Amino acid sequence: MDTKYAIEMKGITKRFGQVVANDSINLTIKRGEILALLGENGSGKTTLMNMLSGIYQPDEGEIYKDGKLIYIHSPREAYEHGIGMIHQHYKLIEVFTAAQNILLGLDEKMDIKGANLKVKEICERYGFDIEPTTKVYDMSVSQKQTVEIVKVLYRGAEILILDEPTAVLTPQETDTLFEVLRNMKKDGKAIVIITHKLNEVMEVSDKVAVLRKGEYIGTVETRNTNPQALTDMMVGHSVALNINRPLYENPHKKLVVENLTCVDEEGIKKLDNVSFIANTGEILGVAGISGSGQKELLEAIAGLYPVKNGSIRVVDDKDNETELVGKTPRKIREAGVGMAFVPEDRLGMGLVGSMGMTGNMLLRSWKNGKGAFLKKKEPENLANRVMEELEVVTPSIDFPVRRLSGGNVQKVLVGREISNEPSVLMTAYAVRGLDINTSYTIYNLLTEQKMKGAAVVYVGEDLDVLLELADRILVLCGGRVSGIVDARTTTKEEVGLMMTQIGEDVDE
Amino acid sequence: MSEVRTPLFRLAKREAMSREKIWAIRVGSIIIALILGCIPIMLTGNNPISAYAVIVQGSVSRPIYIRQTVKIAIPLLGCALAIAPCFKMRFWNIGAEGQITMGAVAATFFALNFAKTIPSPLLLAIMFITAATAGGLWALIPAFFKAKWNTNETLFTLMMNYIAIGIVAWLQGGPWEGRKGSQLIPMFDDAARLPEVFRVHCGWIIVLLLVVLMYFYMNKTKQGFEIAVIGDSVNTARYAGMNVGWIIMRTMFISGAISGIVGFMIVSGANYTLYKGVANGVGFTSITVAWLSQLNSFAMIAISAMLAILEKGSNTLQTRLQVPASIADIITGILLFSMLASEFFINYKLIFRGRDKKEVNA
Repeated sequence: MDTKYAIEMKGITKRFGQVVANDSINLTIKRGEILALLGENGSGKTTLMNMLSGIYQPDEGEIYKDGKLIYIHSPREAYEHGIGMIHQHYKLIEVFTAAQNILLGLDEKMDIKGANLKVKEICERYGFDIEPTTKVYDMSVSQKQTVEIVKVLYRGAEILILDEPTAVLTPQETDTLFEVLRNMKKDGKAIVIITHKLNEVMEVSDKVAVLRKGEYIGTVETRNTNPQALTDMMVGHSVALNINRPLYENPHKKLVVENLTCVDEEGIKKLDNVSFIANTGEILGVAGISGSGQKELLEAIAGLYPVKNGSIRVVDDKDNETELVGKTPRKIREAGVGMAFVPEDRLGMGLVGSMGMTGNMLLRSWKNGKGAFLKKKEPENLANRVMEELEVVTPSIDFPVRRLSGGNVQKVLVGREISNEPSVLMTAYAVRGLDINTSYTIYNLLTEQKMKGAAVVYVGEDLDVLLELADRILVLCGGRVSGIVDARTTTKEEVGLMMTQIGEDVDE
Repeated sequence: MSEVRTPLFRLAKREAMSREKIWAIRVGSIIIALILGCIPIMLTGNNPISAYAVIVQGSVSRPIYIRQTVKIAIPLLGCALAIAPCFKMRFWNIGAEGQITMGAVAATFFALNFAKTIPSPLLLAIMFITAATAGGLWALIPAFFKAKWNTNETLFTLMMNYIAIGIVAWLQGGPWEGRKGSQLIPMFDDAARLPEVFRVHCGWIIVLLLVVLMYFYMNKTKQGFEIAVIGDSVNTARYAGMNVGWIIMRTMFISGAISGIVGFMIVSGANYTLYKGVANGVGFTSITVAWLSQLNSFAMIAISAMLAILEKGSNTLQTRLQVPASIADIITGILLFSMLASEFFINYKLIFRGRDKKEVNA
């Protein structure tokens, strides 16, 4: 029995229109083993697993469970086969308790008491930290994830698939999760984690299966491989892991934020007394668990989020300061402050999805020129320039950007924002969802801007990148600054710790 | 076998289609709608082909019919142009009915009181401008509340319709009543009537002019760009430094103003008087026109002509074959459904079971 595969996928192919998301992929999953499914974004990892969990059906190929050919037409049927998937975006009802969410969709009689007991039992067995009677809205992100995992276990799953489970977790929470995964492994479950983080692969998995652009590259034993070898498999050719970080001579202060406090519509403090200085010629990384105030910080500086208290000033070469608080984005631009902002929500805030590149270049300059008519010549030239210089793949500069791939969308946005030589450049999760090559393109563009003397504020989620790309790292925790550290000397553990608690030495 | 539980068909997103192909599908859907329209005609016991022949005959076979058809098309087209910028902005203005009515009220005020004292061209110009202003201001009210307090514009504009109609009902029976007890407003003097060009009131020139203006406004101007950006994403508009509230109010004013002009053309060019049914559903039918033409001003000419032909022709149908004239409404409804379905098939395709499996299982 031990040698038999829990799941064997043979020649699986899935197409979406012209895109071949999976091209005759073979994959085997064993009990008592953690398999990492590794690949860049868009390499087809999630698609492949969605076919295992009944969300998609393969166009070609066969799936065997314990050597028997099976067909999975719905998530419910997947459960019947003992396959459960924990998706990246949780599917929980906020006002229900953990146990109620777990029971949801089951045919059995609603026996909350029994369910509570059973949930508790599962929790104890694997070392989960949730109370069955807690309402979901009272839970942290990692607790919600736990509910999803328990939900799958409750349904008797022996094969668990986790889609990017660590994307929203702090380093400490990640460790806890990995501990749980190891417990489940010992219990004989087969576990697949979808990820593109190499360090996690090395830490937790037994085997690594690598996909690249929808193709199956191979499976290796984790202990026989190393990050460099895996990267080579993932990207096809060796990509230097080092991000170029030149030092800028004579920095001076550019952006001064003092005692910035912002509250949202419900009166909850989103930023609490935030102070920092960003200098010319540096990339100031901003780290923090998602939702620690990063979004509000950038939007407040850009004039898009109401400021309750404090001051945001931009300093020019002659030491003249311009106050930004109270100014609308247009006023800020008219004040001659060269501010560029790459927001997190690219299509929802930074770009107009239904328009082509030209229309999107116009977003910066549509007011330019006299008269009522749009001046399209210059944006057209700019669109062509961005397309060439950043190698944007698009049928034409008038093709709706919504239909471009994520990487190309981001290139359009970043290309526009750096086009007028900004003195302050803010980016939020600039490489989220991008493949490694595009990510490096973005890193290089940001570094280029830094060396031209811009103050770059880089809000990021990947600590490894922050440590290598940024000059200094500001760590936010619950809307407060828990510290600012030198990126060249700090460690990942130090930053991770600051993300979860306010440091003693709050920067004055 | 796998066949057993594979769904009969499934949906897949299509790749980009050529423009020609997209329009071919749209035209095809109109033809399908006309074919489906045969069913209700047959239910009335008539031959659908002869019924369609009567519709065409009754609407375009003689100059006088054509003129009547054009008269129906003018307000439809004008009003569709009016709501297009709102819809582009995703501001659901369904209050064109009221805006038409208020424009008509303003025009009527001058027609009733100054026909004797102001020379006709000047009077008509004043009626035109005041009608536009009145319609614009009427539309500005819901826009202001939307911009200021984010109220629901759909309900608001809808309710404003009934207020406008109520105002006319009061004028009809009160201050502007002609012969006591008649509940009617007197007919306009010749001075307050729109002159005819090719024996149709010159409103057709105004709307055709508006078609071109609206095309340029939406596609070439800064304001048109602002409207398109807001329609796509309000956050992007704010990010780009646009004053969203102000743009909503400005656009609604323009929209209401055009509806007001339509109201002026109806009272001054067609009815020569004002009554509470002055808008006669044009404000709603024009939503269909705007939607079916994908907010493209030039396509609106064709769609409004088609709906006008249906309406005029089905009146003939009623007199000649005793088919209820409301058959036109039924066919319009089928048209709308089939156009919406065509948009779906432009974006998705059906894959039937077995078709692409054959090779695998063989």
